[in-house]
Amino acid sequence: MIDRPLTQHLRQDGSPVFMTDYRGGGGYEGLRRVLADSSPEDCLQQVKDSRLRGRGGAGFPTGMKWSFVPMGEKAGVGPKYLIANADEMEPGTFKDRIILEQDPHQLIEGMILASYALQANVAYIFLRGEYTVAAERIETAIKECYSAGYLGENIQGSGYSLELHLHRSAGRYICGEETALISALEGKRANPRPKPPFPQVSGLWGRPTIVNNVETLCNITHILTHGAQWYQSLGIGQDSGTKLFGASGNVNNPGCWELPMGTPIREILEQHAGGMREGYTLRGFLPGGGSTDFLTPDHLDLAMDYDVIGKAGSRMGTGTMIILDDRHCPIAMVRNLSHFFAQESCGFCTPCRDGIPWIVQLLDRFESGQATEADLALLEEKARFIGGMGNTHCALAPGAMEPVTSALKYFRDDFERHIHDGRCHYHSDVGGR
Amino acid sequence: MADVIITLTLEGVEMATITIDDTLYEVADGANILEAVLSLGLDLPYFCWHPALGSVGSCRQCAVLQFQNEEDERGRIVMGCMTAVSDGMLLSLSNDKAVDFRADVIESLMTNHPHDCPVCAEGGECHLQDMTVMSGHRNRRYDGLKNTHVNQDLGPLINHEMNRCIACYRCTRYYRDYAGGTDLAAMGSHDHVYFGRHEDGTLESEFAGNLVEVCPTGVFTDKALVNDYTRKWDLQSAPSICVGCAVGCNIAPGERYGRLKRIHNRYNHEVNGYFLCDRGRFGGSFVNSDKRLLSAGWKLDDDVFSPLNSEQALAQLQTLCLSGDGLYAIGSPRASLESNWMLRTLVGRDKFCSGFGAEDAALRATVSAIVEGGVHTATLPEVEAADLVIILGEDVTQTAPRLALALRQTVRNVGLEQAATMGVQYWQDTAVRNIAQNTRTPLIELVTASTRLADIASDTVTFAPADIARVGFALAHALGAGPEVDGLSSTDIALVARLQALVDNAERPLIISGCSSHNVSVVAAAQSVAAAVAQKHASTRVVYVAPEANSVGLGLLDPNALSLEEIGAAARNGEIKTLVVLENDLYRRAPKAQVDALLGSVANLVVLDTMEHLTAEAAQLVLPVASYAECEGTLVNNEGRAQRFYPPITASEDRPPAWHWLRSLAGAMKHSSLAELTQIDDVIDAIATDVPLLAGVIDASPKASYRDRVGLKAARQPHRYSGRTAMYANKTLHEPKTQADDDSALAYSMEGESQSLPGALRSFVWDPGWNSNQSLHKFQDEIGGSLKGGSSGARLINATGHPVSGRSDVPDAFERRQGSWCLTPQYRLYGSDEMSAYATPVAEMMTGAQITLSPADVESLALGAEDGVSIVIDELSVDCAVIIDPLLPAGTAGFVVGHPEMLNLRAGSYVALEKKQDFMRVPEVIVTDGVRAHG
Repeated sequence: MIDRPLTQHLRQDGSPVFMTDYRGGGGYEGLRRVLADSSPEDCLQQVKDSRLRGRGGAGFPTGMKWSFVPMGEKAGVGPKYLIANADEMEPGTFKDRIILEQDPHQLIEGMILASYALQANVAYIFLRGEYTVAAERIETAIKECYSAGYLGENIQGSGYSLELHLHRSAGRYICGEETALISALEGKRANPRPKPPFPQVSGLWGRPTIVNNVETLCNITHILTHGAQWYQSLGIGQDSGTKLFGASGNVNNPGCWELPMGTPIREILEQHAGGMREGYTLRGFLPGGGSTDFLTPDHLDLAMDYDVIGKAGSRMGTGTMIILDDRHCPIAMVRNLSHFFAQESCGFCTPCRDGIPWIVQLLDRFESGQATEADLALLEEKARFIGGMGNTHCALAPGAMEPVTSALKYFRDDFERHIHDGRCHYHSDVGGR
Repeated sequence: MADVIITLTLEGVEMATITIDDTLYEVADGANILEAVLSLGLDLPYFCWHPALGSVGSCRQCAVLQFQNEEDERGRIVMGCMTAVSDGMLLSLSNDKAVDFRADVIESLMTNHPHDCPVCAEGGECHLQDMTVMSGHRNRRYDGLKNTHVNQDLGPLINHEMNRCIACYRCTRYYRDYAGGTDLAAMGSHDHVYFGRHEDGTLESEFAGNLVEVCPTGVFTDKALVNDYTRKWDLQSAPSICVGCAVGCNIAPGERYGRLKRIHNRYNHEVNGYFLCDRGRFGGSFVNSDKRLLSAGWKLDDDVFSPLNSEQALAQLQTLCLSGDGLYAIGSPRASLESNWMLRTLVGRDKFCSGFGAEDAALRATVSAIVEGGVHTATLPEVEAADLVIILGEDVTQTAPRLALALRQTVRNVGLEQAATMGVQYWQDTAVRNIAQNTRTPLIELVTASTRLADIASDTVTFAPADIARVGFALAHALGAGPEVDGLSSTDIALVARLQALVDNAERPLIISGCSSHNVSVVAAAQSVAAAVAQKHASTRVVYVAPEANSVGLGLLDPNALSLEEIGAAARNGEIKTLVVLENDLYRRAPKAQVDALLGSVANLVVLDTMEHLTAEAAQLVLPVASYAECEGTLVNNEGRAQRFYPPITASEDRPPAWHWLRSLAGAMKHSSLAELTQIDDVIDAIATDVPLLAGVIDASPKASYRDRVGLKAARQPHRYSGRTAMYANKTLHEPKTQADDDSALAYSMEGESQSLPGALRSFVWDPGWNSNQSLHKFQDEIGGSLKGGSSGARLINATGHPVSGRSDVPDAFERRQGSWCLTPQYRLYGSDEMSAYATPVAEMMTGAQITLSPADVESLALGAEDGVSIVIDELSVDCAVIIDPLLPAGTAGFVVGHPEMLNLRAGSYVALEKKQDFMRVPEVIVTDGVRAHG
């Protein structure tokens, strides 16, 4: 039995796996068997039993999400939709890209199976605009699928039909938010939508819609092929399955690796990422992308499980870590991230649109040595205001404030030293920003 | 917890008991918290929510604290506008967490707002100012740079100042989602989001002017007001009625220095709700026109008028009129009921012509349908509640614009029902629209040309007027009423079957028609359809559209008054010695030759009007009269609703209301019962007694004797009205005596409390802390409901409930004629109406003479898109630009009713068209990307 299902087909040279090789490695075998032997209800039950949680960052149980989709006559007239969220724009995150570029059929097979389970007849891959290499390869793979009869009318003689479209995003971080993604796909401004109605009931074009992350959908094939029990057994902690973990920053071997859920952070950083580069000491890290709270070396022995990281005061997010070392200014780092989130605000609600730019200005004052104690208090107040869950229309702003508030918690002495010294003490060390 | 229960009782609404800051309240279940709080009279700041636009949760300003239960001491922040109230809900508005949150929101909004209140046109009636104060944002902690934007030229009507924007998204939500516009959008993102057009250019929507009131700050302002500025607190206003069409929207014109400065919407939930059309908002300033008649004039031999003072003018009037039998009169559908009635009574019923134009016969049929059709005419909320709309022969966007805006809401009903089945409240605007997507309530138009409702209509089918009537009669027949129609095409038979099925499935059908096709049988067919539908569904409603502000009133006053043709015949027979024309330019009513013949056969012509025009030039004696902005009067709208308008401007003695001239004449003519009518209330009482159909006019508004609870009249000036002593200091150092107003219960004064006024007497809305028109909720029974003092106006006609079919035979089918084209009337928001064309902003929006042709006819005439055509009638030629309408039936040609150059064209007549070489096309004010339905 395989223990690294997501990356099993990947090649050392990073060249893409297309239809012949994918099928050679057992690809679409699961699809053929499921369509022949399993009902949509069976599939849903398997996914529920697998305890798969969404890999896009929030970790919501996939089976539960699917179970809200009306089935049969309850779905009313018109198509249901499945959307693969391939708008991978989280800072520091490059996990989906590896599959999208190197193993597009893995995603497509997962999408066909998920669509079958949901009885959706139209599916979209919503791809980050900058992923041009992936776009070409996905197009090729989709064409291969239509030729091979895995997409289109009456797939493999099962009577089930599915149309799959690739949509290349015009490029906004907010499109990763599932309702904003739907708005963008409809050709509207990419503003997140109020809920209810939840997309499962009324999403794209007002019809039942499931939006799942690329990695989540890739897992579907393996769960339905090898069973929920097997999938659960892959995890070594509380959560089941494997996960694409990653690390970036001043480590010896930045990259992305498929590891069991529950792998300790220390193992990821020290074994797979090769530890800190010489001359750099670990100061802290964002465990799951740019919109998660800092953790510190004290947390290295935690398991990468959704709830474990959550209890430690952060989020596992995308599972791709950004490393802060002792020679870079934490304020500059959060300033950089805040600037990104300010730029990527859709501009719909006030705290996010007008609040995050203020955060950036305040952080700039620290970096330029002009900040006062009052600025520190104001920064904390505004971060609380912007970051409070429910204070804003969607989760962008709370996510944006996670590195800020956690930096204020763990690196407060840095903020105070900036005020006291009237300058940034890191910049002179490393020769400026 | 306290045991006080404050109840807001609403009929037919489930109530929920909620606790706000330890006080128990009963509120409508399912309303959102913000609505409920405002309905209770409490204050909660907000921006993006609007009573007509619903909730989207963008600004986050209306946050309150919600507690899970009695033990919950922390609570959580929820948005008032996005959270439905439910029984037992525990809320706090005043908890520090909520207060601090709201302070943070306003502080964020203000980071990019300029400090330009002193030079901002919104200042003093700015919702942002009010909410800033209400939220307690006093000290500015943000010391960074402010974002700035480039402003756009949005045309003659609206000024754009983007730097003031707080990004509440109301403008685009109103403009696009509510009003169906396409050329204003939110662009860009994050804190650079920009609200404007894709490039400079005149806003295309007929309802763009409402942006002025929808915008909570000074981004969109009234351009005419900006260029001739007065603050709200210095405006003297009055409750008035728009004279732009027969919808009768309630307006609040504001005056300063004797000039009309601007028109704001005056809320009447049964007529116009929160919105006006742009003809109404920007057309009412015709009263400032330099074409106004300033003094009476007597024509000398050399055709020059010699000015007369009032006494001289009255003497001349008496001389001309005291000659016995030969006194005839022509009334006016744009003059008040009072003036028309006085004139008719003075000359006698058999010598009174109502002064309708080409639509005369169709209008009489329309009035008859309203009075005798037996089907209830829809109010605005009833229009918006319909679940099927069938329009016969009316381009409502041009002829009854506010109705068209209502229909844009009507078509949402299917989507609202879908949302309701998902448990989504109607006020969850984004959610409802996401659920509904493009599903719409059926709206079928049978019209003569493309319309601006095409984007929401399930079907826009075009016919020549006679064929609209034929399909209408066929539908009525299919539904079991009226004669069979022979010879329909198979597509028409299919259309009738489709309509019949829609009628069968509907519960609240609405039939709309009117006289704008100038065709009696169209109105009769619509009446028959309404009658047949009403037999099936008791909740059937109709709207019959009349052309002018008092067309219906005049029709009710005297359904059998002489037509222009009949009075022309009397003149030819030498029966008319003196003809008195009231507020009517006959050259707009009939072809020039006909009017010339009429006026040529009359020895003496007296014209009473507000404006100089061709008829006035032909008069021996011209008497200037007060406009709607300078006197009081009553108008009857499409709905049969009598509504009173009051003057914001004091009338000059030289220019009294028309009925004052006529009353003086009555005295000289020993018509004592008229001469004794000193006040307008006396006239109204006399009308009610004299004309049974108009008996209800008494109830249109309180009498002049009305006093508020402290014994004062209603104020026209807000309590901050300033500069009374300085205003006329260039003329006199003494403060002028306050002008008396014996005719009405309004005073030219700041005195008088405003809380409990009847709606008909409310000149402005203003409440402590609420300086903008957002204060309206303080005066409503509930959000979007009627005014606390009762809405203004009185419906004169109660449907009998016994539907009656129209009285007309099925007309013959339209037949094309080789080489000539049947003229069909087309109306334009800017240009078809006489008076608004005198208003500078509206004049700037008008186009040149235009004729609309089908593509096939354009091809057969070998016309290019830039070519013009000439039409010759009665030896008068008019050159017109050609508009190509793909939907126009071949063989017909649409002409612009009321366009000064096209007044000789008559609906239904056949004309030859000749290509006009070297035609100079007048540039269109609205330059579009081709998305407009016309052309």
